[in-house]
Amino acid sequence: MDFLGGSLELRERQRLEGHTDRVWSLAWNPAAGVRGIPAMLASCSGDKTVRIWQEGPSGSWDCLAVLEDTHTRTVRSCAWSPSGKLLATTSFDATTAVWEHVGGDFECVATLEGHENEVKSVSWNTSGSLLATCGRDKTVWIWEMQPGNEFECVSVLQGHTQDVKMVQWHPVLDVLVSVGYDNSVKIWAEDGDGDDWHCVQTLNEASSGHTSTVWAVSFSSNGDRMVTCSDDLTLKIWDASSSPSETSDNSCGSWRLLCTMSGYHDRAIFSVNWSREGVIASGAADDAIRLFVESKDNSVDVPSYKLLLRKDKAHDMDVNSVQWNPKEPKVLASASDDGTIKIWELLEVPL
Amino acid sequence: MVTGLINANPIVYERKERRVRSAPTDIDEYAEEPIDQLEIFDHIRDIKDPEHPYSLEELKVVTEDSVEVNDRHSYVRVTFTPTVEHCSMATVIGLCLRVKLLRSLPSRYKVDVRIAPGTHATEAAVNKQLNDKERVAAALENPNLLEMVNECLAPTFA
Repeated sequence: MDFLGGSLELRERQRLEGHTDRVWSLAWNPAAGVRGIPAMLASCSGDKTVRIWQEGPSGSWDCLAVLEDTHTRTVRSCAWSPSGKLLATTSFDATTAVWEHVGGDFECVATLEGHENEVKSVSWNTSGSLLATCGRDKTVWIWEMQPGNEFECVSVLQGHTQDVKMVQWHPVLDVLVSVGYDNSVKIWAEDGDGDDWHCVQTLNEASSGHTSTVWAVSFSSNGDRMVTCSDDLTLKIWDASSSPSETSDNSCGSWRLLCTMSGYHDRAIFSVNWSREGVIASGAADDAIRLFVESKDNSVDVPSYKLLLRKDKAHDMDVNSVQWNPKEPKVLASASDDGTIKIWELLEVPL
Repeated sequence: MVTGLINANPIVYERKERRVRSAPTDIDEYAEEPIDQLEIFDHIRDIKDPEHPYSLEELKVVTEDSVEVNDRHSYVRVTFTPTVEHCSMATVIGLCLRVKLLRSLPSRYKVDVRIAPGTHATEAAVNKQLNDKERVAAALENPNLLEMVNECLAPTFA
């Protein structure tokens, strides 16, 4: 994304209120917001509910549905299937629920049980056939979707030494990344014979990685790079493009640190998200949102990233989640401990 | 549950005299008064120790100097000193401090709670846990733990 002249502004379009406790996580429906289907956003909260928000014809957002009475504790994360028909939600109650959007209703069609306690994150692979979950029990589970909304656990991945904060599938390959309280980032791939999954790489302090809890990870649109954020107040960009895979076709090359961005947040960075147009957004416990882009004005060969915009006091309290709209890449949603969700638009203001 | 006390004979100190906060007469009574060290100490001094009938002040787990506050930046850090190096109650004490401040301070406040450097065997691990808000949130959804915390906080609301 190139920004010529002018100054940039992250303008608040709307504040969505309704949750009665902190909002932990957000997910844009990837199938909505195009071809006349109104944009749709899911949010989940410490109030044990999930809310579905929809953009009206006038551009104003309303709560379409409240999914309640299923999870009995905090709903920590949510993720739409690539088709946008299913929504997976994970909870501190140790379960993952899968909801189907039928007509105007959301119906819980499956409950995935297996984790010992808090389930902290969920992610669908690109084809929508696999689901990954992770939690405080230090494990990552891979579930395969069967006909009739049945989910079968195909692997339990052990390797993290502390709770796993987030899982995220690669946007192109069936490669999974997990990050956690043990300060590490782990890359998982299927064995050559397609039988089981194993850890192909660990990025930790020894590989110039994070020195405290890693809270989140996000891939660039083609999956060549990923960005991680941490309690150590830094964001790190990792690159896999320069070392083509030697193991198999279904695995990216090994990841190496490209650069570290520090000094931009004063407290733990909880969320990071890479837009389709290449803008990285971060949200942190300092109530702020920051945007970064790859720096092009660098004459040397080493790629670097620069701050594009700082939005202090984006919320009244911690920012827990920032997510770019995949269909409208200048629209950002954020969620906070203050119980609100905000829809932002990145605008170029002429000088 | 713990059988036998972690620290069977803690030293009990005298409580500090309660200072009456002087109300200046010559200033605008509607002016917002900044939150200071003593005000925050007042919120936490009467928290009951999880295993003794004494307050954190009486056990010198916290003193007025444990509190660092910057009202302009809405920031507080409380540094507490467990009575013994291997105190397994350190996490619960830290959790009590965090919850009490969460319930007493304006929501704009950022709070850090930590063990005094060098006073606990697993200092780094306890500090990390106490400052991970996801773990704190999960702990407070545990009814047994929440009951324990509420019991310790009860005297502070008296």
